[in-house]
Amino acid sequence: MSAAWDLTFAVRPPRAVFVNFPLNHETGKANDPALQRRILLDAFRAFETLWAPGQILTLPYVWDPADRSWEDTDFGPGVELYGVGTSIQGGFGERTLGRAGAPQV
Amino acid sequence: MPIAYIQRTRERYAEYPPYKWAVNTEAPWAPLGKPLKDCRLALLSSGGFYVEGQEPFGESDVSYRLIPKETRLSDLRIYHHGYRDADADRDPNCVFPLDRLREFEAAGVIGALADAAVSFVMTYSPRRDLERGPKIAAELQRMRVDAALCVPV
Repeated sequence: MSAAWDLTFAVRPPRAVFVNFPLNHETGKANDPALQRRILLDAFRAFETLWAPGQILTLPYVWDPADRSWEDTDFGPGVELYGVGTSIQGGFGERTLGRAGAPQV
Repeated sequence: MPIAYIQRTRERYAEYPPYKWAVNTEAPWAPLGKPLKDCRLALLSSGGFYVEGQEPFGESDVSYRLIPKETRLSDLRIYHHGYRDADADRDPNCVFPLDRLREFEAAGVIGALADAAVSFVMTYSPRRDLERGPKIAAELQRMRVDAALCVPV
């Protein structure tokens, strides 16, 4: 799976499936199991349809059809990206790093 | 349009020496000899997932963790210093789709899910990162995996 077309093209894995979502959402949006399911089922088709090494299958999903501005700013200067340490389900991460208040994409 | 991450990374970290991205002109290839519904599929993740009770990852860590396929997502933890994990924290399936793959196994979409998923973290040393690859490949062979779903973060 890939959310970074240029990185994947450079690395050239045997088969790749590109979803134009923000990094860390390669298999869908949080708490949207239907979307996750659809993306994965589409991705599985890469095993059947990609026939030469290095091909990239691009899936048609759009993060937010009404607002594509994240593509202009995400990963750019000033966008908070990092956590350090242990997190999941409201543990250390959210409280210590203030990520709960960070802009959500 | 897809984001040009290599360019944007150069801008974001302009004060650091430029990162040397891996550039490969060829890709390896192993044909999948049977339909996915007959294959054993493994999940690979660079998301720093581990199970509560396992040793967390650390800085410059080239180890990996085996996450048993029956692990409850609420028992997962993340140690990673390289990504925005708020959504993965809320629902790991957006980048570590263990629930979905278990559903696909039950529904017969895949033949079987491998006994364990494999997770690791990035380091800033591509050379050291490469040390880990053959070890993970050996784990996949040991689990008799036919295909791997790699999800980077």
